[in-house]
Amino acid sequence: MVERKATIASLVGLHARPAAIFAEAVGKVSVDVTIALDGDPADGEMDASSILSLMSLGASHGDIVVLHAEGPGAEEALDLLVTILETDLDSV
Amino acid sequence: MQTFAGVGVSPGRVIGIVRQMPKPVSEPPTGEFCASATTAEDAAAAVRAASKTVHAELKRRADGAHGSAKAVLEATAQMAVDPMLINAAVKLINGGASAERAVWDASASVAETLHNLGGYLADRATDVLDVRARLVAALRGVPAPGIPVSDVPFILVAEDLAPADTATLDPAKVVALVTSGGGPQSHTAIIARALGLPAVVAAAGVDDLADGTLVYLDGAAGTVSVRPDAAQVAAAEAWAMTAATLAVFNGNGSTSDGHLVPLLANVGGAKDAVQAAAAGAQGVGLLRTEFCFLGRELEPSIEDQVAAYRGVFDAFPGKKVVVRTLDAGADKPVPFLTDATEPNPALGVRGYRTDWTSPGVLARQLEAIAAAAEGSEAQVWVMAPMISTAQEAGSFASMCAAAGLTTPGVMVEVPSAALTSEAILGQVEFASLGTNDLTQYTMAADRQLGPLAGLNSPWQPAVLMLIGLTVAGSVAEGHHKSVGVCGEAAADPALAVVLVGLGVSTLSMTPRALAAVGAVLGSVTLGQAKGLAKLALAAPSATEARARVRAKLPILDTLGV
Repeated sequence: MVERKATIASLVGLHARPAAIFAEAVGKVSVDVTIALDGDPADGEMDASSILSLMSLGASHGDIVVLHAEGPGAEEALDLLVTILETDLDSV
Repeated sequence: MQTFAGVGVSPGRVIGIVRQMPKPVSEPPTGEFCASATTAEDAAAAVRAASKTVHAELKRRADGAHGSAKAVLEATAQMAVDPMLINAAVKLINGGASAERAVWDASASVAETLHNLGGYLADRATDVLDVRARLVAALRGVPAPGIPVSDVPFILVAEDLAPADTATLDPAKVVALVTSGGGPQSHTAIIARALGLPAVVAAAGVDDLADGTLVYLDGAAGTVSVRPDAAQVAAAEAWAMTAATLAVFNGNGSTSDGHLVPLLANVGGAKDAVQAAAAGAQGVGLLRTEFCFLGRELEPSIEDQVAAYRGVFDAFPGKKVVVRTLDAGADKPVPFLTDATEPNPALGVRGYRTDWTSPGVLARQLEAIAAAAEGSEAQVWVMAPMISTAQEAGSFASMCAAAGLTTPGVMVEVPSAALTSEAILGQVEFASLGTNDLTQYTMAADRQLGPLAGLNSPWQPAVLMLIGLTVAGSVAEGHHKSVGVCGEAAADPALAVVLVGLGVSTLSMTPRALAAVGAVLGSVTLGQAKGLAKLALAAPSATEARARVRAKLPILDTLGV
């Protein structure tokens, strides 16, 4: 299991446009990815390709989230996704 | 040649083809099971296919949108393929439900979860329900909800139109609006006038017109005719030419014998204000301040408000700008201020009354208005909506004085205010009649309901009498305090003449109406206007009042308004 942490850079948090962009990117990678707020219990992990799940996570600007994935390509996938989360998607 | 009769709410004579607004998607029968001929796998596959179709369509719409509309569409597009939603639906299908029923129930449950989380997420619940409607429409093979997409311009026909429907309305594609329901003060009427689209409401039977039918619409007469004849074709062509000249107002509202009636604009922000100034408006008779407050979860800061108001003031240096303080409630809910569970929102804690349940917001707004006024050259007046008593008027005046605002006024929309206007004007400097709500309250008729369209007309004798009484109160008070009209009634050229005859001193309207009102007002003397006011008051009904006054104003037919 590969793990990465990322700090949410978008000013609006992981909502609306940033969440849509992230969810779409997760859908395109070859592995399943889960996401949770740093510090939340392990069973709070959600499907990162589900925009509805992302929105209900309630991640705000500056929050740290934890991504998990496994299998071939997991490292590259998570690196890409971390880059997306740490870019201010409002200014894209 | 078949003709449908309704209420004309926005003038114009056009010919176009009909496109019906798709009917709202109805709920599939409760507990509907998968048809015996369909396997669960097929049903699940149908849901996945529908999901992809809806995603593609919403992405396409997002590509053509900008700003916050684009953001919402992108998020909604992603919801259509959301694995949580799709998997929940498939699970229900495996339990025996039909594809439509599974999508319906899975979406309802997601929407409810979001709603219960409150705030920003609760707003997304509406988006989930929109996706649901689109998915079910795709499963049924019927058009998706929303304004039809068309390569050619068309006349939009619907039962009624809500603000959400018309948010994406493109005047380049939609040339006129027709509804079988709704009334003269409904949202369809308001948006039609704001966009300058000819429109007819309460035209029973138009729902049966087939897409592609060629019709002639007369937005002043309130008629829609199938298969236009030569005379109608000529009228539409004449309108196209007149409409160009009618776009220009000379900036000087007056009767033909020189009685000045400043024609002002109703605006909702700096962009509107700049356009209104360009259209020749002599000032702003109604600045709706809700634009600062709607769509937010928290009260806007004083700084944000100052910047927003100053943007409007700067468009009218040296001219009057009348600011209406926050009018939240009823059809304009503001989550941190109004209670959506009220049984009768129109009769609820709205407008000025929200100061009792949420004190402080109004005081801060007044502070912001004063600060913005200080940095600009506009003459800033301030008025409170939904004032019902002289005591409230007095309290509002004190609050204005405390903020350093020297010209406080009130909106007269509650009938009690019209009847006690002398006492009210003893407390403030001016009054402005909000005829839309005044008519609704006086006639006890909801503005959105088609069957009540006849009652909801500002031509109703009772409403005209209350307008006259409001003016009489000002006369009795003895200081010539101004009584203006800022409701939609001011935009109707024939009614505008009657209002001037009743003693109204200023008229404020959507900027598009300035030229027509200016032209018609300029064709009568003050004496003639007074005569027409008497004629209207003496009529036995709203329809008669309107017909008798219009018959005496042949310029209306010449201009096609």
